[in-house]
Amino acid sequence: MAPPVPILRMSGICKEFPGVRALSDVDFRLMPGEVHALMGENGAGKSTLIKVLTGVYDIDAGEITLDGAKVAFANPLQAQQAGISTVYQEVNLCANLSVAENIFIGREPRRLGRIRWREMRRRASQLLGRLDLDIDVTAPLSAYSLAVQQMVAIARAVDISARVLVLDEPTSSLDAGEVEQLFRVMRRLKDEGIAILFVSHFLDQIYEIADRMTILRNGRLVGEYLTSELGQVELVGKMIGKELEDLTELDEKPKELEAVERSQPFVEARSLGRSGSVEPFTLTIHEGEVVGLAGLLGSGRTEVARLLFGADHATTGEVSVGGTPVALRTPRAATARGIAFCSENRRAEGLIPDLTVRENIVLALQAARGWSRPIPRRRQDELVDKYIQALRISPANPDQLVKNLSGGNQQKVLLARWLIVEPRLLILDEPTRGIDVGAKAEIQRLVASLADGGMAVLFISAELEEVLRLSHKVGVLRDRRLVAELPNDDDLTTGVLMETIASGGRT
Amino acid sequence: MSSDVATSGPSGSSGSSGSSGPKGSATGRPSRAAVLRGRERYIPVMATGALLLAMFVVGGMRYEAFASGQIVLNVFIDNAFLLVVAIGMTFVILTGGIDLSVGSVVALSTMISASLVTGQGWPPLVVIPLVLLIGAALGFAMGSIIHYFDIQPFIVTLAGMFLARGLCYTIGTDSIPITDETYTAIAQTRIDLSAEMFISPSVLIALAVVVVATYVLHYTRLGRNVYAVGGNEQSAMLMGLPVARTKIAVYTISGFCSALGGVLLSFYMLSGYGLHAVGMELDAIAAVVIGGTLLTGGSGYVLGTVLGVLVLGLIQTIISFEGTLSSWWTKIFIGMLLFVFILLQRLITARRS
Repeated sequence: MAPPVPILRMSGICKEFPGVRALSDVDFRLMPGEVHALMGENGAGKSTLIKVLTGVYDIDAGEITLDGAKVAFANPLQAQQAGISTVYQEVNLCANLSVAENIFIGREPRRLGRIRWREMRRRASQLLGRLDLDIDVTAPLSAYSLAVQQMVAIARAVDISARVLVLDEPTSSLDAGEVEQLFRVMRRLKDEGIAILFVSHFLDQIYEIADRMTILRNGRLVGEYLTSELGQVELVGKMIGKELEDLTELDEKPKELEAVERSQPFVEARSLGRSGSVEPFTLTIHEGEVVGLAGLLGSGRTEVARLLFGADHATTGEVSVGGTPVALRTPRAATARGIAFCSENRRAEGLIPDLTVRENIVLALQAARGWSRPIPRRRQDELVDKYIQALRISPANPDQLVKNLSGGNQQKVLLARWLIVEPRLLILDEPTRGIDVGAKAEIQRLVASLADGGMAVLFISAELEEVLRLSHKVGVLRDRRLVAELPNDDDLTTGVLMETIASGGRT
Repeated sequence: MSSDVATSGPSGSSGSSGSSGPKGSATGRPSRAAVLRGRERYIPVMATGALLLAMFVVGGMRYEAFASGQIVLNVFIDNAFLLVVAIGMTFVILTGGIDLSVGSVVALSTMISASLVTGQGWPPLVVIPLVLLIGAALGFAMGSIIHYFDIQPFIVTLAGMFLARGLCYTIGTDSIPITDETYTAIAQTRIDLSAEMFISPSVLIALAVVVVATYVLHYTRLGRNVYAVGGNEQSAMLMGLPVARTKIAVYTISGFCSALGGVLLSFYMLSGYGLHAVGMELDAIAAVVIGGTLLTGGSGYVLGTVLGVLVLGLIQTIISFEGTLSSWWTKIFIGMLLFVFILLQRLITARRS
């Protein structure tokens, strides 16, 4: 068990942004040799607390002590020098340099000013060996997966004598094997007495790795608990501040498949495929139907979506929309036929961080109208207000810059953008990744009600429960091939889905 | 009950794939393909080397007296100043920047040298260090503006280009001949390598610059920081590297190299003139790019730049051997080569991402 003296103590932390009280009177402590999860919904103040700790923001009130001494960091570099290192989901390393260099750059072993490459490589291999990572340290970092890059970042952090390691959503983009690997490294570091602050939205992961957790809600401290003493349901209750009825409400199964499939097919893809990307598949989506796509990361889920949206060109097969064969050569052509695509990569492919919520929301509608016919300001306000309320986007300020919103709210803005063009097929690629349970439930509820209203939805998610909860039928992808199409009846469970993914549909 | 909650993401730990899962290979050595991908950074340099070799072979088959060592050495002799300037440009481009002022700084250096040596009778041993200092100071000033005011290098060095070119004409509008003994002695010195082969002192200076630049880029912190800044400036900052110092340093180096190139050019031309080295910045950039350095920064080698300069020089040589082609064909070939090499870079970076 952790010794009783915390290495890091934050007490009475307050942080205010214009119009928002991000943190009020938050206490937090971290013991050496423990993994401590920081929990809370989006906007609860987790990111702010981490940024305050690492010197990105200064604090309005309260104090931070490290090893008993009061500290205040002006920037992340100072925090790092004091022994607090942060590894973000996006790896902040130089992919063009070798693995060894990324670990040692700025502190290379030298003799008379000359870098000792051999020594550097030897020490890099040794250090990575300590983390159970046996890789060629002379290869450029870009040759490795994101998971390995993250571990190289951790190795660098640890070697700069980190006593406190902050891991902010490190697992969001990793697959199961990679997460295991990361956890092995975390356990090893923990045994060496390093204190680890861990943020993740995956509750299973928290329960697997964390010893203790601190829960925040609306910028306030809810409490600190031992993981072993707090059940998942209680945890979620504390995070969202209410019981789980909101989530269980949706538990009823979606309508019978047969009933839905009696309606008009909206999109029919016949032997549609793209060489090197996804094998030819046949898929029909009816009006009012939610089709789920399940499969591992990289199994071709996104590729299917991109083909249907015209973002990639099909090399074989054909598509008809509303009964007429069409060529979806560009996203523009797809949009014109009522197809909307919410990308999984909301930062890179969707939102424009420096525009306001209003501008981001009206973007697609404006594009559909053509730029020569601006949407009147009054109409914009009407639409934007309507969707801010419907989706409960917070803060409910249309003039807020999107980059200042939390992840879940950014996702809602992206959804709103596509909803106002009133698409007939909405493609959602991982709409709930990296957002908290409350927002997740809201988005799921929204999808269900949109389908009730007659919209066709293609729902892609790595979370099988979620796919099952929403879909009328589920397409299973494996190795870039659609291996099965299963009606969502009483027999279909996450277990069956996992088996299908594992066996590739052969029974 | 608990399964209602979002429990397992793509990383749901429950059973489906344990530590020995299909992606467990991430621990092992990178796949062969991954390593090859990593080595792709050498492809552009090798392509330039192959091109150079091919040009030499074709030239040797087509023209008598082409396939001699002196032809290659002449390329060095005639382009020593360009080589030095292009080395400075390599540093700048490796950080993802650009320096348009180099040609003008070369001209200004010849002009200052000529006016002080011929007009004022200053000794060359004073003039040359002074000129080098002025070049470095100009580069330092531009680098500081680029970094501290966060302005595009393109526009800052464009301003520097006009400034330096304009300053030439405040010294004089006509060409000033240099008749100083030291200069003429250096200009006429031949260093014999064998009975038929010789080089000029300028070539030795240029090769010394190549060696020093290679050492700096690969064996000093400054050099590695240059690559890091070019790879990802934001990350370099977060890793605690001296980004400001590095960026200012590369423009200072480029300014110094331009001034040194100007000194070499004044040996070569034995004159100072405001119209010397017009457009040399573009030749230098072309040489660096043909040498395989990515314009986006972070990837490239001094050796590549040497090969790039040789390619440009050899094109000129071939065209002069051909005799019937006008010298504008040089530009046409350089233009086509640039297209090809930029496309090659694009393909490689696209594959990498």
